[in-house]
Amino acid sequence: MRCQQRMRKMDEGCLTDLSVHQLRVLLERGEVAPRDVHEAYVRRIEEVDDQLNAYITVCPDFPPELENRHGRPVFPVAVKDNIMTRGIRTTCGSRILARFIPPYDATAILRLKERGLYVLGKTNMDEFAMGSSCENSAFGPTRNPWNLDAVPGGSSGGSAAAVAAGEAPWALGSDTGGSVRQPAALCGVVGMKPTYGRVSRFGLVAFASSLDQIGPITRDVWDCWVLMRALCGHDPLDSTSAPGQAPIPPPQSVESLGGVRIGVPREYLGPGVEDAVRDAVLKAVGVLEELGARAEECSLPHTEYGLSAYYIIAPAEASSNLARYDGVRYGHRTCQASSLLDMYELTRQEGFGAEVKRRIMLGTYVLSAGYYDAYYLRAQKVRTLICRDFERAWARYDLLAAPTSPTVAFPLGERTADPLAMYMADVLTIPVNLAGLPALSLPCGFARGLPVGLQLIGRPFDELTLLRVAQAFQQATDYHLYRPVVGGEVDG
Amino acid sequence: MADAVEVVIGLEVHVELKTESKIFCACSTRFGSPPNTQVCPICLGHPGTLPVLNLKALELAVRAALALNCKVARYTKFDRKNYFYPDLPKGYQISQYDAPLAEHGWLEFRVDGRMRTARIRRVHLEEDAGKLMHDEVTGETLVDFNRCGVPLIEVVTEPDLRSPREARAFMEELRAVLQYAEVSDCRMQEGSLRCDANISLRPRGATDLGTKAEIKNLNSFRALEKALEYEVARQTRALERGERLVLETRGWDEGRQVTVPLRTKEEAHDYRYFPEPDLVPMTLDPEWVEQIRRSLPELPSQRMARFQAEYGLPAYDAGVIVASRRLADFFEECVRHYPHPKTVSNWVMGQVLGYLNSRGLEPEELNFEPERLAELLRMVDEGVISVSVAREVFEEAVSTGKSPRALVEEKGLEQLSDTGALAAVVRQVIEEHPSPVRDYRRGKVKALGFLMGQVMKKTAGKANPQLARRLLEEALATEREETP
Repeated sequence: MRCQQRMRKMDEGCLTDLSVHQLRVLLERGEVAPRDVHEAYVRRIEEVDDQLNAYITVCPDFPPELENRHGRPVFPVAVKDNIMTRGIRTTCGSRILARFIPPYDATAILRLKERGLYVLGKTNMDEFAMGSSCENSAFGPTRNPWNLDAVPGGSSGGSAAAVAAGEAPWALGSDTGGSVRQPAALCGVVGMKPTYGRVSRFGLVAFASSLDQIGPITRDVWDCWVLMRALCGHDPLDSTSAPGQAPIPPPQSVESLGGVRIGVPREYLGPGVEDAVRDAVLKAVGVLEELGARAEECSLPHTEYGLSAYYIIAPAEASSNLARYDGVRYGHRTCQASSLLDMYELTRQEGFGAEVKRRIMLGTYVLSAGYYDAYYLRAQKVRTLICRDFERAWARYDLLAAPTSPTVAFPLGERTADPLAMYMADVLTIPVNLAGLPALSLPCGFARGLPVGLQLIGRPFDELTLLRVAQAFQQATDYHLYRPVVGGEVDG
Repeated sequence: MADAVEVVIGLEVHVELKTESKIFCACSTRFGSPPNTQVCPICLGHPGTLPVLNLKALELAVRAALALNCKVARYTKFDRKNYFYPDLPKGYQISQYDAPLAEHGWLEFRVDGRMRTARIRRVHLEEDAGKLMHDEVTGETLVDFNRCGVPLIEVVTEPDLRSPREARAFMEELRAVLQYAEVSDCRMQEGSLRCDANISLRPRGATDLGTKAEIKNLNSFRALEKALEYEVARQTRALERGERLVLETRGWDEGRQVTVPLRTKEEAHDYRYFPEPDLVPMTLDPEWVEQIRRSLPELPSQRMARFQAEYGLPAYDAGVIVASRRLADFFEECVRHYPHPKTVSNWVMGQVLGYLNSRGLEPEELNFEPERLAELLRMVDEGVISVSVAREVFEEAVSTGKSPRALVEEKGLEQLSDTGALAAVVRQVIEEHPSPVRDYRRGKVKALGFLMGQVMKKTAGKANPQLARRLLEEALATEREETP
């Protein structure tokens, strides 16, 4: 990797450096207008996105209907390109949907619109959210703002890179096996995967339905809470959405973490974890202890089987979820076909990339007659064991702390030829999805000039504890206040 | 040979449930709308869409299962059945695999005057697919997704049916039961009741099943019976020749009246069933199920027994009438206003069914109040009209929707029952036809018919026949006494 890492402290005079709650103060005081914020972001995108490729689609025009909201604040948000936005192209990073314009808004988008948010653009991603580096996109890879030769992580790499590089104040991602948390860690921003059922999946393009959740990617914990509060809630259009959810109260500034019990699972600090990452995470746990929390090592003994179970369950569901891209009703259709079967085969051959095809084949195989019990059913049993590991931990701990990713951002191209090495990038995030738990990643240090992410894992529906602990950590540290100096950008 | 062989048939029946909206979205289920006008992103399988179960569909499915004497599951779930076809937008059908809604039912039915029972293996809930339309001119195939997502139940029987006639009788009873339970219209011609049949032969007395063929495209009771008869003959012939049958799917060719091979087992799909992650498994409250059971109306077999006991109808009449809930309701309502069950039954089976059959209508489409039929029959009893006039009035009343009494008045169809007026006509006829009068008086009774005809002719058919005959006989007798 070129040694070009440069970073700087955030500049309070630069609109695109601010967190949203800081922007809100300026807007409420009337010091800036929503249009100023919009234009600052559009300019920033024009400046750096040629280098980063964080966006697939940018919406450069300020929505005229938001011109006068009677003083109610208006904010742009970047949205991962697998979340349906009415009238705005939604590609899933795939050729097969390269020109697809959705006729409806995802529930998450509607909820944000109701609260004065509008879509600034659609961010790059691994095709159909399958990948950990943002290199599996039909629209080219996204680069890491901290080092243009490194990956931003994936699959929500575009959203994480955009927030890190000041191309968006905040963003939506989706997390099936770590796709919000891992890129947030690799790009030095905050990312949260909510409890399964917290946020409606209606309008999120399904990858693995039993694992997928939409989650926020933000510059700090307070913004994460604001976006969570907007996103969460029961949706009658999603049968898996949890009914009767109370809104998450604000993670008010915490003087002390006294009484908070933190487990540090030893399986998450094993040999695959880079030394510098382990050191940063343990140091961060030390900070939490200084704040009054009690931390101790614990064990989640079935962790090592998580990855295998995930790579059976997720492809199985994906093989079925992606069957609808058949060229009949929408999306790419081959022009070479001479029969129905031909049409199906060529459309999908031309429309899907290699990783998507690999997972469809894996999923089809594990669901096939004669293999179902040995693979799918078995993986579901492993899933149950992983859930039980966590349930046992909740008897003793309020939350668990671990690295989000075993390494910092790795070089572009390093793992593209080795799918298994790529899959390892999610080894520490996957168990959380299998168990449906909430988890948050926040910046906790740097190694070789690249951000390290601390992962906090909580009890089902206890996002509040994660946010409070993370907020206390950010009040005691300044890792979240560093900004990358992007490639050819003129410093200062 | 024929007697040494036993026919074994099992049915898989698909029934569209009578809901207003589709099973997983809010689109209408109305039949016959222009193509692709009852669709939305959900039933078109757009990216990001999710199903939400229509609880009315679940309720109707439970109703159907209870009407078929099934045990309704406490725990049930949906599964995905994966296959590619242009009428299947998601590339999978949401169905039920290993935890169906209901199992272990039975249905009793009558065939050739004997009662038979077939066991129901399972009843499960699923979504219908769209419809392919082939344009003969351009050679294009187009897809209509209106039907896509209409709720269906699949009813699977055990292989308990022993002849094509039994299969048909079972289907007729099944239709009646489901119509009574108000879960479906069961219109075969509209595809709201569809049936596939599995058929095999085995030596009589054997317990193992022979190699079966699955017959598809059975769009009417007649097609079901004919296709199965054809299969019995085909399989018998093949076995007599010592051929080995293959496990295969065949289609009924209505035009040629034969079954043709569609695919063999080697070409069969692997549907890769797995639990539908977009819908949560369901635990059915037994109290809710009991509530549905209590709300079930009297079913055809119970009603038939009651019709025989309460109205004294012959089994045949009762069977014909209860086969349609509408017809049976019509009968009972009519009897309430005109308490002569056998007369009503004759009219229902004769005039009413005759009218419906001649126009290819279903009993549900009958546009005639039972009170009107009672009114008509009372007019016959009162001597206002004759039976033959009543038949004509019925036809006209049914097709115009007018009241029979109004029609009789409007057209002046009342019988001439005024003794004085009719006596004058009779006298006139006797004067004008001395020769038949003489014949009659010499004992040629047949001549009376001619004289009656003349009376009817002079009264334009309106003379009350009983009265006319009595007056004629009296007049002839009187005048004979006067002559000598």
